[in-house]
Amino acid sequence: MLIEFMMIFLTLVNLIILSTSRLSTCIKVIAFQGIILGVLPVAGGQFDIQLVIFSIIAISVKAILFPSMLLRTLSQLNIHREKKPYVGYGMSLLIGLGAIVLSWWISKNLPLTITPANSAVLPVSIFTAFVGLYLIITRKMALTQVIGYLIFENGIYMFGVILPQKQPLLVELAVLLDAFVAVFVMGITIFHISREFDHIETDQLSTLRS
Amino acid sequence: MLLALIFIPFLAGVLSLVSRNASLRYFLLGTAAVLHFILTCSFWFFPPAALFNNWLGLDRIGQLILSITSGLFLGAGFYAISYLKNEKHQQIKDFQEDIIFSNVPEAIFICCMLFLLASMTFLALSQHFGLIWVAIELTTLTSAPLIYFHRHHRSLEATWKYLMICSVGIAIALLGNFFLAVAASTGGEKPVSLLAGELVKYANVLNVKWLKAAFIFILVGYGTKMGLAPMHTWLPDAHSEAPSVISSLLSGAMLNCAFLGIFRTFQVCTAAGLGDFAGDLLIALGLVSMLVAAVYIIRQADYKRMLAYSSVEHMGIVAIGLGLGKAAVFGSMLHLVNHSLTKAALFLVAGNILAVYKTKRTNDVQGMFKVIPISAFLWLAGILSITGFPPFGTFISEFTILKAGIEQGRFFVSGAYLVLLVIVFIGFATICIRMTQGSPEQGIEKVALKQRFLSVVPPAIMILLILVLGLFIPSTFRNFLHDICMLVGGN
Repeated sequence: MLIEFMMIFLTLVNLIILSTSRLSTCIKVIAFQGIILGVLPVAGGQFDIQLVIFSIIAISVKAILFPSMLLRTLSQLNIHREKKPYVGYGMSLLIGLGAIVLSWWISKNLPLTITPANSAVLPVSIFTAFVGLYLIITRKMALTQVIGYLIFENGIYMFGVILPQKQPLLVELAVLLDAFVAVFVMGITIFHISREFDHIETDQLSTLRS
Repeated sequence: MLLALIFIPFLAGVLSLVSRNASLRYFLLGTAAVLHFILTCSFWFFPPAALFNNWLGLDRIGQLILSITSGLFLGAGFYAISYLKNEKHQQIKDFQEDIIFSNVPEAIFICCMLFLLASMTFLALSQHFGLIWVAIELTTLTSAPLIYFHRHHRSLEATWKYLMICSVGIAIALLGNFFLAVAASTGGEKPVSLLAGELVKYANVLNVKWLKAAFIFILVGYGTKMGLAPMHTWLPDAHSEAPSVISSLLSGAMLNCAFLGIFRTFQVCTAAGLGDFAGDLLIALGLVSMLVAAVYIIRQADYKRMLAYSSVEHMGIVAIGLGLGKAAVFGSMLHLVNHSLTKAALFLVAGNILAVYKTKRTNDVQGMFKVIPISAFLWLAGILSITGFPPFGTFISEFTILKAGIEQGRFFVSGAYLVLLVIVFIGFATICIRMTQGSPEQGIEKVALKQRFLSVVPPAIMILLILVLGLFIPSTFRNFLHDICMLVGGN
């Protein structure tokens, strides 16, 4: 029951992120997703000390560290809103609704011989990954693209959670560390972009051709 | 021993970050490169023991990639020392546009170079698919600051594209890894672990459908990093805007590392009887890469971009060789070595050209033989080698792949492969002969004497090695490559 609620919330916040232009809202959504993802492995009711420790680490990285790093970058930039994405917010919302249907259809037809703990996790993970990719493609702000990357990775991470074969803890931690370094390096790059160009719109990054 | 190999460059990187003395940093870079090279060489005679339940170990293909990486880093490290000594530390005027920029602090640059070496070593030694993923992402993150060495808007754009495209690509490969885990957990009673050796051993119980999906996702993901078209878009920008010594490392060593991830997955696929399916995908992507490269190399106006597109082409050749299987795998592995050495040498020479002529436009470079004769000679030799001209090693490897293709009756693939090779050759020849011949423009003084010893020796040694490999391949090395072919069902 708990997992179903979490999945409904995740779907809703994904829709929010598709329809908002406020960058701070996007970052809050990242934090929210981080909490849900961190709790997800232990929400099934199995209490394994290793799982609990990993959950705590995952929450502190995904829900506290990432958002605070992004907020810090945002405060350095002095901007608050996304400017004119390639696809408008209303249209994005409609596409998002279509994507929900599509991801449920895909996950029904996947020949997944293992039975995941909850049938709702798989479609929501596909939907989350879709939203991440969609943000990277349609938004112009470098910061929103990083947010999209994080959401995309969250979606893939959720797919990993439903696997019966757990990745060894060491690998999970290393993946988390990689994501952390990625956000760190991207944050620094965004800072340099804003200083060099006086904005962080990536459609202006188009000098290098052919 | 294996841990030492990772920790030497790592520690040297940390030390160079905190040290305040420039010559100490050069010393650290040089020492780490030499020590790493000596250790890697010693592994050819004394194979190291695997560590942590086979999580870290050195198999044949890993040893090949590790040796290439270590050798190139030795050359690039010394080249970098001479390069950094010549770079000014104040504001620099850009020669393409009217802008002023500064460089990234040297400590960060050297630190990232050493971290890149550490992460590439880590990758070559990883036997677990999870670790391979982590290592490939690490190579992306450690090399991004290197591309942004000259702090101006063009290199920043290249860095951003590199970071974003490769990170997304590698995230797709993570999904592929999860599919692999699904494939491994549905067969027998106990899930097979994601160790490369285990997966190959129990390949017959893997779920075929999921394995196919896993291969596609991993091919797209790591293929982005390897520079296979159509996911190659970051590559020309990054290679042309990075300092030449970094381009040579990215092109010569890092692309191979991404290839290693694909190779290991391919190995699992062939063991599971999916060799034809996976091979056809590799061939298709390889041909597309060669086509895209050929289109852009013809009439290319920027010689560093030309070399970058040539990397796309050669990664395509390597993919085709692996995809064809059997005898072509031998050619593919040999080509990996040949391409790395040649391309690294060419990028280093391109750095020399750039230092003298201050332009990346091919039309503005003329009369290299009169201005920088040694570099001009190396440039011409390198161009001949990269286009597969005998007696260089690239000729043998490209010919082996072609011959294997014809013997297998894949006439379309072989024909397209041959035509594209010829187109690339014509493109290269028209551009590069013009660069070396003729007389230089006014104002470019004879600076050949000022050319530093360290800026020509590393590329000269690499070209010499290619020549040796073209004339004769030692039987131990031949057997070694044959052992690698056995891993994927070749001979």
